[in-house]
Amino acid sequence: MKRAVILAALLAAAPLLADSNMPAAAYANVQLEDPAQEVKAEALMESLRCLQCQGQSIADSDAQIAGDLRNQVRLRIKAGEDPEAIRAWLIDKYGDYVSYAPRVTGLTWPLFAAPFALLALAALLLRRRFTRSAV
Amino acid sequence: MIATAGLAALWFAAALAVLQLFSGFLALRQPDNPLTPVVRPLAMAQAGLVAFAFLCLIIVFVQTDLSVALVAANSHSAKPMLYKVAGAWGNHEGSMLLWVTIMALAGGFVALLEKRLPEPTLLATLGSQAFVSLGFYAFLLLASNPFARLDPVPAEGNGLNPLLQDPGLAFHPPTLYVGYVGLSVAFSFAVGALLTREVSPNFARAMRPWVLGAWIFLTLGITAGSYWAYYELGWGGWWFWDPVENASLMPWLAATALLHSVSVLASRNALRAWTVMLGVVAFAMSMVGTFLVRSGVLTSVHAFAVDPTKGTFILALLAINIGAAFVIFALRAGTVSEGQRFAIVSRESALVFNNVMLSAVLGIVLLGTLYPLVAEAMGAQVSVGPPYFNPATAVFVVPMLVVMGIGPLLRWRRDKLGRIKHFLVLPALVLAGVAIWLSLRGVHLMPLLGIALGTMLLMVALVPLKGRRLRTVTLPLWGMVVAHFGIGVALLGIACDSAFSTEKLVAARVGETVSVGPWLIRLGRIEPITGPNWTALEATLNASYGGGSTSELKPQARSFWTPVQQTNESAILTRWNGQLYTVLGEEAEDGRWQLRLWWKPFVTLIWLGGALVALGGALALLGRVLSDLRRFIAIDKIAYRRQQQGRL
Repeated sequence: MKRAVILAALLAAAPLLADSNMPAAAYANVQLEDPAQEVKAEALMESLRCLQCQGQSIADSDAQIAGDLRNQVRLRIKAGEDPEAIRAWLIDKYGDYVSYAPRVTGLTWPLFAAPFALLALAALLLRRRFTRSAV
Repeated sequence: MIATAGLAALWFAAALAVLQLFSGFLALRQPDNPLTPVVRPLAMAQAGLVAFAFLCLIIVFVQTDLSVALVAANSHSAKPMLYKVAGAWGNHEGSMLLWVTIMALAGGFVALLEKRLPEPTLLATLGSQAFVSLGFYAFLLLASNPFARLDPVPAEGNGLNPLLQDPGLAFHPPTLYVGYVGLSVAFSFAVGALLTREVSPNFARAMRPWVLGAWIFLTLGITAGSYWAYYELGWGGWWFWDPVENASLMPWLAATALLHSVSVLASRNALRAWTVMLGVVAFAMSMVGTFLVRSGVLTSVHAFAVDPTKGTFILALLAINIGAAFVIFALRAGTVSEGQRFAIVSRESALVFNNVMLSAVLGIVLLGTLYPLVAEAMGAQVSVGPPYFNPATAVFVVPMLVVMGIGPLLRWRRDKLGRIKHFLVLPALVLAGVAIWLSLRGVHLMPLLGIALGTMLLMVALVPLKGRRLRTVTLPLWGMVVAHFGIGVALLGIACDSAFSTEKLVAARVGETVSVGPWLIRLGRIEPITGPNWTALEATLNASYGGGSTSELKPQARSFWTPVQQTNESAILTRWNGQLYTVLGEEAEDGRWQLRLWWKPFVTLIWLGGALVALGGALALLGRVLSDLRRFIAIDKIAYRRQQQGRL
């Protein structure tokens, strides 16, 4: 992660991140022994957002909290937990912001309706074009 | 002194733009008024003045004239010369000046060279160009003056964001801006044609080089930006669906649709209203992109210019320009007929289909990019990332790629699928074969589809050359073949990267050897080194592919001191079949060093494909410009002969 060291220190001192001042977590930068599990963990980590640096997934971030989250994800995957269950647990803990995969809620349904609406609109446009213009 | 001269030139240019706006539109009402002949010279003079102002800005940056606030805020006397020059546009005010400079130069070129359009349409085009640029002059002169002075003069400047101190990035924003501004010219043409009701093949031919040019630069800008993010950020990814990346993708999508529809209009006199509409939309997307990046409304790794008050100004400009254009469109669209008809199976309809698909992808990207902002305004925080964008865009991209393969084989106006059947048998077999082979190897659905489709596209893209003598193939046709081939190449790269990449995170002792994919990598030594404005720890890695000869890689962890910031400089080794990507992390307590290593087979195809797409565009542009030149010369000769005959 690229950011001012000072800023990182300030943010690390915030109460939200109080539990991240512990020594480097075991699985923050260590891959799981089982490659299949590691693939699962990586796929999940790439779709979780670092809470401190916004534009990055926790897989890419050097922030300490991202390391802690990576550790958590790997430990839970190792324990055999389902990736979506881990995502749900993290959303519970940190809010929707933490997941790059938006859930269908009262607020986000337009996002999921959009592809279907656009498909319908595209079909309509193309249909109109060709029923009118039969040569 | 120089800063004052630059500011004066900018005010003069703005005054000329007012006159150009006025006289350009007056000519529509009273073609014979005495101001009509000055419209073209005004546009050219304006171009000269703004270019002078921009030159002044570069000079004050080169001299590190700290009495200029912008220099003090963004430069430093110890900075390397390349970044002093690039610093002139690596900030908010400078980049807006760059925008108006390119825009004024483009206007000057149109005024100087465009002879094909009816004169009233051209004058209306220059008038609307002046209207758009006046907004930006107002923005520059009233809200973000690049030549503002400081008193007292500070002793030293603040320096430039280290992330931006990279040769690639010095030229990345200007490339995108040329693209954005090229679309502004297309926009002005569209408005000019609407005002004079001259939406004709000639209008399309006048507009096409600008659309092509803009599209080439956008393609290059996106490709280069993607590679920059890949090697500079040190995360091994090449596309993050970051809002700033989306800001450059959206105009590209619109420009791609516009480019194809303008070609249909130029050669078939069809899709008139749709082309004009896309001309407006494409520029709207450029302004949305500028707004997203420049306003600081997004807080992302890219958004280095954070200033909300300026964002409001850009938003207002966007609303005024696009709103006015849509009002004109609504008033005039009824009088613009759709033009020539065509059957369902025809090249036109393949192009229409893909235009609609591109617009749908544009809709998804726009919605996904703006949604977090909307949600935030309503008090909720959501993130929209790859898990949303990938499937939602794939729904439209996959059919689009299939039609992209077939479309060029079809004839204009009316065709039968039966005629092209035999061209498609082999590619379809290859598609099926590759798909089956990959699924046996356990590759996931999307990468599998990508590799199979990509392989098919490589074959189908070349079919239009079949049965032709290569020397007689026209440049625009070459352009299409190369660009479509490039899309296939990029798709293969993307799919291979996601299917076959392997990553390794290790903490290694000096002297230890680790493996990633087919590579054996030995951590040779770690030593401190110093650069012009940074210090770094540099690792020496000896990498050997499959036990063969070794090559050295030197990833660094850098610390900049003006301003204080840490960056990872990745080290990359490129082979014909992929890249080894290495990043040096922190030192662990027991003296081991954290390394992040990737083996990415065929990842380079992504950017090679992008470059091919841009090359295809360049070939087509060259072909069009050459044939235009030939036509002008022929017309001149005829005129000269007539003159001679008249004399006899």
